[in-house]
Amino acid sequence: MKPLNLKKDFPVFNEGPLVYLDTAASSLTPTRVIEAMDTYYKTMPVNVHRGVYQMSYNATRKYEDARENIANFINADFEEIVFTRGASSALNMIARIYEPFIDETDEIIVSEIEHHSHLLPWQQVARRTGAKLVYVPLTKAGRITVDNFKKVLNENTKIVALTAVSNVLGYKTPLEEIIDLTHQSGAIISIDAAQGVPHEVVDVKKLDCDFLAFSGHKMLGPTGVGVLYGKKALLDTLEPLEYGGDMVDYAYKENATWKDAPYKFETGTPPIAEVIGLSEAINYLRSIGMDRVKAHESMLQTYALEALDKLEGVTIYNPTSETGIIAFNIDDVHPHDAVTFFDEDHIALRAGHHCAQLVMAFLNVPATLRASFYIYNTKDDVDAFVKSLKEARNFFTSVGF
Amino acid sequence: MKKLEQLYRQIIMDHYKNPRNKGLKDDEDYQSEHIKNPSCGDDITIQTKVEDGIVTDIRHEGSGCSICCSSASVLSELLKGKTVEEAEHIAENYLLMLMDKDYDESIDFEDAVAYQGVKQFPARIKCATIAFKAFQNTLK
Repeated sequence: MKPLNLKKDFPVFNEGPLVYLDTAASSLTPTRVIEAMDTYYKTMPVNVHRGVYQMSYNATRKYEDARENIANFINADFEEIVFTRGASSALNMIARIYEPFIDETDEIIVSEIEHHSHLLPWQQVARRTGAKLVYVPLTKAGRITVDNFKKVLNENTKIVALTAVSNVLGYKTPLEEIIDLTHQSGAIISIDAAQGVPHEVVDVKKLDCDFLAFSGHKMLGPTGVGVLYGKKALLDTLEPLEYGGDMVDYAYKENATWKDAPYKFETGTPPIAEVIGLSEAINYLRSIGMDRVKAHESMLQTYALEALDKLEGVTIYNPTSETGIIAFNIDDVHPHDAVTFFDEDHIALRAGHHCAQLVMAFLNVPATLRASFYIYNTKDDVDAFVKSLKEARNFFTSVGF
Repeated sequence: MKKLEQLYRQIIMDHYKNPRNKGLKDDEDYQSEHIKNPSCGDDITIQTKVEDGIVTDIRHEGSGCSICCSSASVLSELLKGKTVEEAEHIAENYLLMLMDKDYDESIDFEDAVAYQGVKQFPARIKCATIAFKAFQNTLK
């Protein structure tokens, strides 16, 4: 298979030299996604679900077609797709709408490799309800395994909240078996797939997960839109989190009734242009093929790790990761010092705790550098990165680090 | 790479590797202020002792990048022995200098002048300012 060469599709590359290795934080936006949103604003910039005039009908149609398209992408049903501000917002909503079913006799399973947006909502639910927050023991490398999951799963487990892919270590969680075990013990599972859906085929029916969330801006879509997937039977039984226009069915002086899911979870004017943009991003990803996306990232990761393996003075924290995320540090150099060096070479890397402070505690470091690959990256990008990394290491040694 | 080299070669590495006045005091006469930069994990505590309107001691402790840690050390040397008014004036103008705003150019910033170089790295200005911001709060 020929390696992908897609930089021409991403207008930001016209702005000057850029080696972009921070997709795990946010991906770049292709021209056709920008144009799809532009078309909405130019030709039908009106609200959905409200107006009875033709233009509003057209906008509504576009918005709901996008829902159908996004549902198909993860093999969900149309009614199971709720649009939110992003994955964080979706994960918070799941915790909030499920909270009424949790009490002090229950246990909530999370892990130290969760992004803050999946850990903190459940931590707070536990604090409010008195439920016990239980952490899956990680392996030495920082992985969640089925065996370790079995150690914490019991008849009191009400919720399992785990990530599909660690945003720092890139490890994949063995979801199929974990979901199966979760259901056998009568619990339900919420999955943070923000680092999963953009990079490989995710089939919610095959997974049989209860809730799953992802963001638009990590998969070539715009910021400000995310998706909450919930099984229809579950969404139907849950109460809305926010009240207002569009989600209401009938309003009376003392009470009100709600529309059916997904609409009862979407009040106010939704991010219409962003939903349309995300749908177009999915069309673009489909045109490449998710298997090819995955293979391309894997090729770049292998190529990078081979080069990094030969470097002295660099520590890789996740050499066995099965996704295109590399967490590393230059020995004795704070990542924030290092990242400025890369920045001077127009290489965009993430430095920090990656919204996962418990992972940093697990690795026993204050912060790490992170390089992450996507479809627009090439072997040349990896070469530039490795060259800069060598120079950075030599530079910091020379000034006395 | 020249500008980065200059930045590090100057004073920063000296204070990063050999910090002055490091370590906190367990003494009620010290006012403490703890500031974190949640985006990168810089974490710094500044302690100030004021006697008769004079800053008689400044201590610091924390973890972070070289710019953050070294600036705490530089601050402790620069402002120790100054009156509270002088120290406040210098700290305020240091922050103005880094934010590229008009500042009192008659001030002798001593080693802290090195952090002018940080202006060329906007993403790092926060690193060079949090110790001074923590210090300002200890005087409030």
